[in-house]
Amino acid sequence: MALKGRDLVSIRDLSPREITDLLRASRKMIPIAEGKKASNALAGKIVAMAFFEPSTRTRLSFEAAVQRLGGRCITIADSGISSMKKGESLYDTVRMLSSYSDAIVIRHPNEGAARLAADASDKPVINAGDGAGQHPTQALLDLATMQEAFGALAGLKVVLLGDLKYGRTVHSLAYALGILGSELVLASPPALRLPDESRAELDQLGVKITEEPDIERAVRDADVLYVTRIQKERFPDEGEYRKVAGSYRIDARVLASAKPRLIVMHPLPRAGEIDPEVDRTPHAAYFREAFLAVPVRMALLSGVLGGRAR
Amino acid sequence: MVRELKITPIKNGTVIDHIGNGLALEVLRIIGIKELDKDSTVSIALHVRSGKIGWKDMVKVENMELSPRKVNAIALLAPTATISIIRDYRVQDKRSVDLPERIFGIVKCPNPSCISNQSEPVESQFHVIRRRPVVLSCAYCERQVDEFLKHLA
Repeated sequence: MALKGRDLVSIRDLSPREITDLLRASRKMIPIAEGKKASNALAGKIVAMAFFEPSTRTRLSFEAAVQRLGGRCITIADSGISSMKKGESLYDTVRMLSSYSDAIVIRHPNEGAARLAADASDKPVINAGDGAGQHPTQALLDLATMQEAFGALAGLKVVLLGDLKYGRTVHSLAYALGILGSELVLASPPALRLPDESRAELDQLGVKITEEPDIERAVRDADVLYVTRIQKERFPDEGEYRKVAGSYRIDARVLASAKPRLIVMHPLPRAGEIDPEVDRTPHAAYFREAFLAVPVRMALLSGVLGGRAR
Repeated sequence: MVRELKITPIKNGTVIDHIGNGLALEVLRIIGIKELDKDSTVSIALHVRSGKIGWKDMVKVENMELSPRKVNAIALLAPTATISIIRDYRVQDKRSVDLPERIFGIVKCPNPSCISNQSEPVESQFHVIRRRPVVLSCAYCERQVDEFLKHLA
């Protein structure tokens, strides 16, 4: 895999072939991520975690990925106590970090921050979410979850449900699914539809897309139901939020007419979009999805840092 | 045929011709009047009949040659423009403007949350993703822009 030394800022930085290679490498990492096998592929490597925005899952899974491969992390986990508070630019902070580490994982509240970091750094930069922008490693682990469940991604019918406008995971994911040959069904409230730009791009790629705001109908012959978090802060008032959030709640009733093999996914944290009763059904794939973050990020870090298990 | 001379010739300087109708003032904004030599004359012709593009605007600036960055900015706003360098009343060089693949510093990203708008030590950067009509995409946040007049840096 020719990932060595490269940045991963946007899912568009990867070709379909590179994505499938990464997914294959991720599967091999699973026993190491589960602690059943040991690896020292990243021995002697330091990865900087530059988190300028709160994150639990993403940061911890990256840290676990580095440590499972025998590497070490240095971490900025609170922009409040970091140099940014003293007025240092992101550019300067990243230049400094790149001289202390072998790769940088960055999350930042501003869109485009990871691209700027990649320009500033002479070490590989991995985007772990920049504002409402890209979150390519989330898309990769989502793909890994679907591939594990179904074997192939081409021909899968994937329903993207909820906030398709602001949800940063969903744009990267829709693009990746599109270039890998999946079919998309968009189910969102009118105010939270996929932005025209993203829709136009998918159309240009020849992706088969339908819109179906009725969840039960959308789910009927789908393979994957990808639920996003409806973000409260995006709504002008609480009443509007409740109305929308309430209309997109997945429970046993909604899933009654679904295929037996349908999987329900969610980038987590969930905020009431999925009833806990779904956890006990074979449809629930979101905790597996959260686990697969580790082997996927291991495969990526290993590729970018040129690590080989010894 | 009697040719009507609407603007007098200049000795040294730049003639920007075939500017799309109504865009001359924007072109002047790009040239930056304040940066002109105090003895320079600027002549503008608005709404002039053109065989090539129907109606056009034209700007002549004495004692000034445009930097590549300004030429790129003109290419963005007025893609039909031609630029002639005049030395000693003679046209020394005449060429059409050509939009490069990347645009630096001319347009400001319209996304207020874009990192290029956060006092970082970098200039704005756009990829030209379509040429007719021109559409740019921010190299940082990927926001697309097709109305440049509102977003000139």
